[in-house]
Amino acid sequence: MTEQNTPLWEVFVRSRNGLAHKHAGSVHAADAEMALQAARDVYTRRGEGLSLWVVPSNAIIASDPADKGMMFEPTASKIYRHPTFYDVPDDVGHM
Amino acid sequence: MYTQALNAAGPSSRQTRPDEDAERLARFQARIDAEDRIEPNDWMPEAYRRTLIRQISQHAHSEIVGQLPEGRWLTRAPSLRRKAALLAKVQDECGHGLYLYAAAETLGVSREELTEQLLSGRAKYSSIFNYPALTWADIGAIGWLVDGAAIMNQIPLCRCSYGPYARAMVRVCKEESFHQRQGYEIMLTLCRGTPEQKAMAQDALNRWWWPAMMMFGPPDGQSQHSDSSMAWKIKRFTNDELRQRFVDAMVPQAQVLGIEVPDPDLLWDEATRHFSFGPIDWEEFRQVLAGNGPCNRERLADRNQAHAEGAWVREAALAHAAKRQARALAA
Ligand SMILES: [Fe+2]
Ligand SMILES: [Fe+2]
Repeated sequence: MTEQNTPLWEVFVRSRNGLAHKHAGSVHAADAEMALQAARDVYTRRGEGLSLWVVPSNAIIASDPADKGMMFEPTASKIYRHPTFYDVPDDVGHM
Repeated sequence: MYTQALNAAGPSSRQTRPDEDAERLARFQARIDAEDRIEPNDWMPEAYRRTLIRQISQHAHSEIVGQLPEGRWLTRAPSLRRKAALLAKVQDECGHGLYLYAAAETLGVSREELTEQLLSGRAKYSSIFNYPALTWADIGAIGWLVDGAAIMNQIPLCRCSYGPYARAMVRVCKEESFHQRQGYEIMLTLCRGTPEQKAMAQDALNRWWWPAMMMFGPPDGQSQHSDSSMAWKIKRFTNDELRQRFVDAMVPQAQVLGIEVPDPDLLWDEATRHFSFGPIDWEEFRQVLAGNGPCNRERLADRNQAHAEGAWVREAALAHAAKRQARALAA
């Protein structure tokens, strides 16, 4: 095949329930406009969303899985960031 | 199943990676055993990656080729309601193919390579789509039996160890249940119609039953990839387990329709609480996979024609994008 490869785009959909855009998958398209159309056809056939983002896949900078420990483990020891760390007597009621 | 897993490995493909030592493999297996999801950039053994590329791409090809038998009936659907439903179903199958190609691509294979593998006939797709849809009743039988078998297979795949495949399956499964219900509704309408219509439904069941049974792939013990796929939690149930579930679910549904499953050995076994069934013609299955089914040549020819006829569109779209980009840079 001598054909040129068609660029890859990541698709994000914001659903009607007010949540943030969420990654739905990816599509191939020659340009942004066609990527939006393809994303609409592929990822919103049943009213899944009210807004679409398409982002060139190669524009996404991802954290390295090898750095997972360094990046995310330190938070495990910081239990004082959670409300359950603090003692409040029961008779204070819900807080 | 949609991925009957019978493709031979390519001649030059690596079997292991240079950094694949016992300790790394053990750590990987421990993640699998702990029900961790494996994500695209995570370390994985080469055989795991290759098994997934083969399985996910075969699954994708099956969805794409699966549009063809039903697509034939879009212009001949008996009512607008049926036509709208069938069109939506065929569009869904196309969407399933695209979700799955995207999942396969996260493993480092390009869409163009996958398309080439299908068009050249090197890649396999489910044997079921090499049978013809001869009458309108076949559209009912396909939705009921073929999508029914697909659901049986795909629900456990939602818990597959590879994240992108599992997530694609969640989407697919949500959409699949309408496919089966619309097929069953067609069958029910025919079975409650004239004697000729009921006979059409019976004829469709007669022709699709055994090919649908074969969708789960060769019996356990004869299937090449089963053991490692189970250990890696790509598969959760064996071919025979899924086939048994299928029979147990379908037979009562056929009884409601008032038509008969074409198996003289079919029997409810009170001891096992399962239906036992007669032997499957595995020679027919092998022939269809080897390219000698009733429609293999037609299916590949149709896909090749569609791809060739779309070439100018792909070229024009890329040329247009390049031109616009050049103008934007110049401005
Ligand atoms: Fe599907
Ligand atoms: Fe389907």
